[in-house]
Amino acid sequence: MSDVVFVQMLDLVCGGLLLSGVLMLWRRELAAIVRLLIVQGVLLAALAVLLGVREQSVELYLVAAGVLVLKAVVLPGVLHRVLRDSGDAREAEPLVNVTSSLLAAALLTLVAYAVSRPLVALAPSATTRALPVGLAVVFLGFFVLVTRRHALSQVVGFLLLDNGIAATAFLATSGVPLVVELGGSLDLLLLVLVLQVLAARMRLTFGRTDMDELRELRD
Amino acid sequence: MTAAGVVGVLVQVALVVGGAPLLVGLMRQVRAVLEGRAGAGIGQPWRDLRKLMKKEAIRPEGTSWVFTSGPLVLFASTLVIAAVAPFVSTASPLDGVADLFAVVSLLLLGTVALTLAGLDTGTAFGGMGASREVTIAALAEPTILLAGFALSARVGSSNLADIVAGTLATPAQVLSPATLLAAVAFAVVVIAEAGRLPVDNPATHLELTMIHEAMILEYAGRDLAVVELASAMRLAVLLGLSVNLFVPWGVATSSAPLALLGATAVFALKVGLLGAVLAAFEVFIAKWRLFRVPELLAGSFLFGLLAVSASFFLA
Repeated sequence: MSDVVFVQMLDLVCGGLLLSGVLMLWRRELAAIVRLLIVQGVLLAALAVLLGVREQSVELYLVAAGVLVLKAVVLPGVLHRVLRDSGDAREAEPLVNVTSSLLAAALLTLVAYAVSRPLVALAPSATTRALPVGLAVVFLGFFVLVTRRHALSQVVGFLLLDNGIAATAFLATSGVPLVVELGGSLDLLLLVLVLQVLAARMRLTFGRTDMDELRELRD
Repeated sequence: MTAAGVVGVLVQVALVVGGAPLLVGLMRQVRAVLEGRAGAGIGQPWRDLRKLMKKEAIRPEGTSWVFTSGPLVLFASTLVIAAVAPFVSTASPLDGVADLFAVVSLLLLGTVALTLAGLDTGTAFGGMGASREVTIAALAEPTILLAGFALSARVGSSNLADIVAGTLATPAQVLSPATLLAAVAFAVVVIAEAGRLPVDNPATHLELTMIHEAMILEYAGRDLAVVELASAMRLAVLLGLSVNLFVPWGVATSSAPLALLGATAVFALKVGLLGAVLAAFEVFIAKWRLFRVPELLAGSFLFGLLAVSASFFLA
């Protein structure tokens, strides 16, 4: 693959990652958000494949396959099941309304760009220049975690955060060793499964999955 | 200023003025066919305009020159954009005027003239329509500037002909994230500025929802014809700007007669196609509540901002 094509594809994939993250803030239907998560997982796998072609490393292809299975099939599948069981299809009332969250997302992207400038200056190349995208997705994940009340939205925020971390790792190091990626992925899978059980317990106890219900102590 | 260049400008103006009502007719016809109606035909807007032109312009008592001049300012400002923007040829003698910021301010000038005219009538509907129109314009204008800024950052110039020529020279740029994001932001703004669904419904006179129609409720006869023609031209200009900024292929780079002829046909085809797609898209959506419109425009603003930042860190 020539340099120009590689840079173009890389930019396109990174643009897609950022866009899917932003759209998750915009949409209210949880089903649509889970679909966006699938898109983001596919894009992340595409990023790993691109780097694999660039570095000519078989290990990265394996990482890409792992990312694809976990982030585009298994985790969205789990979320889809939670969604089907819980019955409420929308994020009812986020703490910050959608218009303000979109403006906040614009601000967070600029912050990501500002704070990653010294990192990019260390080794300027096409991949490191795209580093702000990874950081911006991390910030968006944090934002979703802070402002959304629905248990499922919280899981989505957490997965967004993890996607951002993975993208940053790929872009900063030109690929992650298989062992590290495997460890991180298994942790993630376990956590989402635990959260799924937690959401199910919450629904059994309170009848809905609003995180605000967890404020008070009960026996 | 060569004779061939002047011919290019004249062709462009004639195309926009003559073609804009046909574009509106085409969009209404596409919508009618998709909804299972027969439709009035593509020429209906021109027939309406001819009928209105023959009628006397009645002006409400107590209105001032602001009301009288509103349609003229709207028409004139749109006509200037139609003359300077690189729709048919990039080698226009008016090239120096075709600055992105100048074009945006000309668009805004037309909007302001019409809102002032709406206020001047002193009726409830005029004031309500003016207030809504200004709200939307205030939210849409920063976005259109940001999207334009993302495009001009790539070329290093805010001249429209330079941006179009730059995209022609490096076709791969069209698939860059900055351009794609700017295209989405621009599309939303075009829909808002042209008063199409889901921001405003051009086919309704329902008092609770109308925006553009509320402002021009008091116009009649010739005045109404001018307003209708100018609104159609505005739609054509906005669609023309979006096709030529993002898909510029087919535009003439010289003033040779044959090149101009080919470019005219390609431009008419592209705008007609985009209009038909927009009309087909409108069949499937309903008008949004006015309170959700800021959300749409905030999203579009975000896309514009991402486009600008992406043109810096993903290039």
